[in-house]
Amino acid sequence: MAGKTGGAKVRKPVSEPQKADLIGFYRDMLLIRRFEEKAGQLYGMGLIAGFCHLYIGQEAVVVGVQSILEPDDQVITGYRDHGHMLAAGMTSRGVMAELTGREGGYARGKGGSMHMFSREKNFFGGHGIVGAQVPLGTGLAFSNRYKGTDAVCIAYFGDGASNQGQVYEAFNMASLWKLPVVYVIENNQYAMGTSIARASAETELFKRGISFEIPGEEVDGMDVLAVRKAAAKAVQRARDGDGPYILEMKTYRYRGHSMSDPAKYRTREEVQDVREHRDPIEMLKKKLLDAKHVTEDDLKKIEAEVREIVNDSAQFAQDSPEPDPAELWTDVLVESR
Amino acid sequence: MTDILMPALSPTMEEGKLAKWLVKEGDTVKPGDVIAEIETDKATMEVEAVDEGVISKLMVEAGTEGVKVNAIIAQLSAEGEAPKPKANGKAKAAKVDAPPQAVAETPAVEAKAKNDGHRLRAPEQKVAAAEGLHDPTLPEGVTYKKTAVRDALRDAIAEEMRRDERVFLMGEEVGQYQGAYKVSRGLLEEFGDRRVIDTPITEYGFAGLGVGAAFGGLRPIVEFMTFNFAMQAIDHIINSAAKTLYMSGGQMGCPIVFRGPNGAASRVGAQHSQDYSAWYGHVPGLKVLAPYDAADAKGLLKAAIRDPNPVVFLEHELMYGVEFDVPEVEDFVLPIGKARIRREGTDVTLVAHSRMVKFALDAAEELAGIGIEAEVIDLRSLRPLDTETVIESVKKTNRIVCCEEGWRFFGVGAEIAAAVVEHAFDYLDAPPLRVAQKDVPLPYAANLERLSLPNAQDIVEAAKKVCYRETE
Repeated sequence: MAGKTGGAKVRKPVSEPQKADLIGFYRDMLLIRRFEEKAGQLYGMGLIAGFCHLYIGQEAVVVGVQSILEPDDQVITGYRDHGHMLAAGMTSRGVMAELTGREGGYARGKGGSMHMFSREKNFFGGHGIVGAQVPLGTGLAFSNRYKGTDAVCIAYFGDGASNQGQVYEAFNMASLWKLPVVYVIENNQYAMGTSIARASAETELFKRGISFEIPGEEVDGMDVLAVRKAAAKAVQRARDGDGPYILEMKTYRYRGHSMSDPAKYRTREEVQDVREHRDPIEMLKKKLLDAKHVTEDDLKKIEAEVREIVNDSAQFAQDSPEPDPAELWTDVLVESR
Repeated sequence: MTDILMPALSPTMEEGKLAKWLVKEGDTVKPGDVIAEIETDKATMEVEAVDEGVISKLMVEAGTEGVKVNAIIAQLSAEGEAPKPKANGKAKAAKVDAPPQAVAETPAVEAKAKNDGHRLRAPEQKVAAAEGLHDPTLPEGVTYKKTAVRDALRDAIAEEMRRDERVFLMGEEVGQYQGAYKVSRGLLEEFGDRRVIDTPITEYGFAGLGVGAAFGGLRPIVEFMTFNFAMQAIDHIINSAAKTLYMSGGQMGCPIVFRGPNGAASRVGAQHSQDYSAWYGHVPGLKVLAPYDAADAKGLLKAAIRDPNPVVFLEHELMYGVEFDVPEVEDFVLPIGKARIRREGTDVTLVAHSRMVKFALDAAEELAGIGIEAEVIDLRSLRPLDTETVIESVKKTNRIVCCEEGWRFFGVGAEIAAAVVEHAFDYLDAPPLRVAQKDVPLPYAANLERLSLPNAQDIVEAAKKVCYRETE
């Protein structure tokens, strides 16, 4: 992340994570959390507007999955996308400046929180229409197959999106044509304010592929190592040409659906319980300390380094100017001549 | 010392009530700890600490109403041993107008550089300039071949697939069945099932999959059996294909063609008979083409497939079997955005596209018999729209009738009439008139269907009206 854990990796087999990997995961999750807290703060100050969906609580999912991807694999997700962009190696500065709608943002301020892209990092959005990323990601997988590469597309979506019809249209074609796509369902238990039990007849979402012959499994989405292990298997399967796979990540978001969500649909105790007992960052921290991979001092250093990156990006996002008025008219069409 | 500010729950919130403190002075907090609750008339929210430190002072008492957003509500002092990063969250008052300054790191540099050469100029108040766009000059002694529109379309697809490996065709029944309207006849045999792909009946899904494939570097041609079924897919056509280039600051082009028959067929009732010209013509980020004859169908479809943008290509079922002369030249590509004057005239301008061009030409013939010389403009491209050709014509004829097969409400004719009024008001000798489908869903009964759809006679009557001639 931010150039620290990226870089070329040996393609298969995915190795057991070493000490440096574990520390990297910790740092990456912490960066996402601190980044999101800062985004929330900037939102509160009126510097970020519109919809702003924070990823706090779900960090282990994206960090675990991204840890086994190759640079040419593609990633696509919905609107709760800041964590995915950071994990895909996009810069905190570019993401934060897009949140503030400034020239230094990934879309020069024209996309905002829900619509950000990086061709360079193979991050294909950032899509604001719930579920749209599923057929789009399946199409990216189709392009891999067509071009004869062994790249895999990861399509992330939530428990809410899993009730959209287009998801199943995509499932059908992906399985029919054995496309190299892994569907990662981030089941954070609430589709906006509606709990999964109130919205889904079948709440075990990993079973949603059964009628399309897509296998799936439930994964503890709060445990970055469990996520990594499951993702490694699913991605390898897709890479080998055996078709799509569904990973249902059981996770939890601590914050509201968006910044303007009063979160009256769940109790504070419920949130607090997850924070205290299942927090992905705290759990990994404990593992690192127990195994004596790090000392408290090491952790403080990481914390300081992360904070520096986040503060720097917040400063950049405020200092970067608003886009030039001429930007209003650019990028509507690609001029062919 | 770090100031903790009153946060906004929404972009419109100006003040709120600090309902409750959940910490007291001297408490140590870390990021994510809930420190207070605030309320507005709409919601209650928790305020979380963003920085680590000790609450040194609570500045606003619990229960205080009308606390302004960004007012300092508490102060936090950093813990002694915590390393203090240089920009440590010194909360600044919200300033939306940050001073412009050099950008040290711009992630979109590459994309920006790529697009610098071709910024769009603000076209809003200008007549769309189709200057410089010309149909290719055909060589002397060129021969023509009688070709049905469906075969001209097939030839265009086949030629482009031979030319560019990235081009593929997908849709319902395009392969083994040879196309519901036989447009893709022979393509499966020539290109195989890797490039001619039969999809399940799943418009929303395969439209999205096609857009994803375009993002992935391919050049999909997505066939809808009819554009009526594309309503299920319109979300991807507009939200995913048309808007993403803009939302990505120029990074994510989407070279894709959505094509298929549009408009009324024959006796298939309301759900299978609708003209979507105005629907797609409305959307920035799309190009929209609606050719009339076989040569234009071929030349424009080839241009559409080569275009780096999403193109909606509206064909007409009732035109598929009609034969026209197509020039026998290699690589016949037409410019997108240029209307064609199909018949020159001095007394009234008739503007039409797709199958309505036929009715406009028939009407012009009849009008000539009573001494009215009509100029017939075939728009060919609806977005970009060649308003310039239309306006130049009106400056000559001083009268215009806009013809379209779709409903008149918010339609193509309305757009053209508005452009003419805006840019050639002083030249008009009569108010612009529109000929369009009656404002009802298309009926099934033969007589009612006839009454609903516009025809040559309707155009003749409208032309006579703007020429102030006796009408029937």
